[in-house]
Amino acid sequence: MQVTGTVLTTRRVDAYHALTVVAPGIAERFRPGHFVSVAVGGAYTSMVTRRAFSVHDVKSDYGGTVELVFTVRGRGTAWLAERRARDTLDLVGPLGRPFPLPRDPAHCVLVGAEYGSAVLFPLADALLARGCRVDFVLGGAGAERVFGAMRARRIAETTTLTTEDGSLGLRGKVTDALPSVIADTRADAVYACGPMETLRAVTAVGMEFDIPVQVAVEERMACGIGVCMTCVIPVIGDDGATRMVRACAEGPVFRGERVRFEDVGTIPFDALGAPGGGARHVS
Amino acid sequence: MSVDMRTFLAHVELANPITTAAGCASSGRELAQFFDLHRLGALTTRSITMAPRAGRPTPRMAETPSGMLNAVGLQGPGIEAFLERELPWLAQRGIKTIVSIGGGTVAEYSELARRLADAPGVTALEVNLSCPNIEDRGRIFAREGSAAAEVIASVRSIMRYDVPVVAKLAPDVADIVSVARACVDAGADALSMINNPLGMAIDTEALRPSLAAVTGGLSGPAVLPLAVRCVWQVHAALPGVPLIGIGGVMSGRDAFQLVLAGACVVGVGTALFHDPYACLRIERELEDLLRARGFQRLADAVGLAHRPPGSAPRHLLVDTEESAP
Ligand SMILES: Cc1cc2nc3c(=O)[nH]c(=O)nc-3n(C[C@H](O)[C@H](O)[C@H](O)COP(=O)(O)OP(=O)(O)OC[C@H]3O[C@@H](n4cnc5c(N)ncnc54)[C@H](O)[C@@H]3O)c2cc1C
Ligand SMILES: Cc1cc2nc3c(=O)[nH]c(=O)nc-3n(C[C@H](O)[C@H](O)[C@H](O)COP(=O)(O)O)c2cc1C
Ligand code: FES
Repeated sequence: MQVTGTVLTTRRVDAYHALTVVAPGIAERFRPGHFVSVAVGGAYTSMVTRRAFSVHDVKSDYGGTVELVFTVRGRGTAWLAERRARDTLDLVGPLGRPFPLPRDPAHCVLVGAEYGSAVLFPLADALLARGCRVDFVLGGAGAERVFGAMRARRIAETTTLTTEDGSLGLRGKVTDALPSVIADTRADAVYACGPMETLRAVTAVGMEFDIPVQVAVEERMACGIGVCMTCVIPVIGDDGATRMVRACAEGPVFRGERVRFEDVGTIPFDALGAPGGGARHVS
Repeated sequence: MSVDMRTFLAHVELANPITTAAGCASSGRELAQFFDLHRLGALTTRSITMAPRAGRPTPRMAETPSGMLNAVGLQGPGIEAFLERELPWLAQRGIKTIVSIGGGTVAEYSELARRLADAPGVTALEVNLSCPNIEDRGRIFAREGSAAAEVIASVRSIMRYDVPVVAKLAPDVADIVSVARACVDAGADALSMINNPLGMAIDTEALRPSLAAVTGGLSGPAVLPLAVRCVWQVHAALPGVPLIGIGGVMSGRDAFQLVLAGACVVGVGTALFHDPYACLRIERELEDLLRARGFQRLADAVGLAHRPPGSAPRHLLVDTEESAP
């Protein structure tokens, strides 16, 4: 659904911007892993595509608020970073498929790189409410790019931090720390969000330990609602066939083992409908 | 006073002139989560191909000034799945459906038409001519009157007479009027324009083209003037041919421009990515603009901008008072 939200608060969290927006309908329907798309640039903008952001938090205050955490990357996020309390924002959401939750209490390791950590907090709350054990591994390039360390420490059994420059926690990447966290906590499942490369590596670790990994991916999106076909990634289906599936509508959450990370950015030759993959190609 | 928004695509009546642009609304189901599809004049499907197609590699999208580039490559499940799952879904709900088809050879277009000829629920057939002709060194059908005409003649001979065949034209040609004329001579009941002109963007961080496919189709507000020009030229040359105006329509005012240039149906594409409700809003805004100018019927505004300078609009010759816009 589409909602004209009102910005309640803006703040800086480490290297990131956080926006809390009053968006009643969206907050009610939200499940961990959902994202929203935001129109940027105002009414007479030349920016025609919306920007996708994971929902970091929802609260029932003020009739329902959602919080987004983002990093300034280009013109759209720069505009968003300039929003102030009482400005209005045009949001569509909640979008995508949320994280599946384990039926029985399980030991879950939540892995977040950079702002990818944001989406893991509502997930952690949902897992804790089901009696799961939650452990965090959070990382970033430097200390100020590790998002949510304080909150993770408050709610999780253990929190492991990594930075590539060694300015906080262990020097290295989240995947360097992950194997020992999985071993120590006897994890049953891993949830991850971050750049594709990180998700690929996390999935590889999960497969080594033979435990399922759920990843939330990011791909360039024009519509976010499943109509434009711009956001596809190669994913292996239940029948073993690879399809180019929409990250916005079938995702953004996928089973890590199903995503062909090495082939993201290509059409694998054996994908359904690939040129030479059994079907005829016309262009 | 309400404005009569009904319009005719050839002999088929639509309740209002707004349709989705091919490839921008998939086959309708996703949009149905937002609003009742019956409120569209018609839904245009993505271009259906014979075989399933995985499309082009990602990134497939790049935002550009007042527009975007796409290189999707007609990804879709193919005609079989369309006939099994997608068309029946639309037909059962009685949604007016313009089915778009795309192919690489005349034979492929003909086969698609044959499969669709007996399928219930096809309101009109739109032939996407912006596909490369694999039998002619990958030249785009729409860029050559003769190639386009061959496709249209074949499809027209196969489709039932009561289903209009619409030729969708590309703007980046030397002479769009001659391509339009060739299509009409070949039997096209209506013309649709414009498809995406080809564009390109370069990522100044990666120092490489922004799209994996290097070039892509430009859409959005950036192409509106191109669409208005094409509709204008073709309406001037072929005033009796119904036109679907498409390209950069974001508001009722944009749609109104295309109507005044000669379009009796208006397609909305990229605007849907920005606002899933865009079609409904644009229809309402168009109606408001017509009402504010004293029009009682949409039909009276079609092509009106072609009247000679100084002459009063026909609908205003009767004694109505124009309210302030
Ligand atoms: C499901 C999903 C969830 C996301 N969650 C977050 C989040 O919580 N916090 C956060 O900071 N960022 C998030 N992103 C990335 C965010 O969407 C991009 O950073 C943002 O679109 C960049 O816009 P821009 O105008 O600043 O950049 P520009 O590069 O100027 O954008 C130009 C175009 O490219 C698209 N684009 C560019 N980079 C990306 C990208 N990485 N992903 C998708 N589209 C892109 C934009 O949407 C826009 O259409 C998410 C992306 C997706 C797909
Ligand atoms: C993502 C995308 C996919 C498209 N796919 C098709 C298609 O399958 N068939 C077709 O005839 N046109 C296709 N088009 C072109 C549109 O139908 C339309 O002609 C063009 O985008 C101009 O309109 P707009 O500016 O309102 O988007 C596509 C456009 C976009 C942006
Ligand atoms: S962003 Fe349009 S289909 Fe996913």
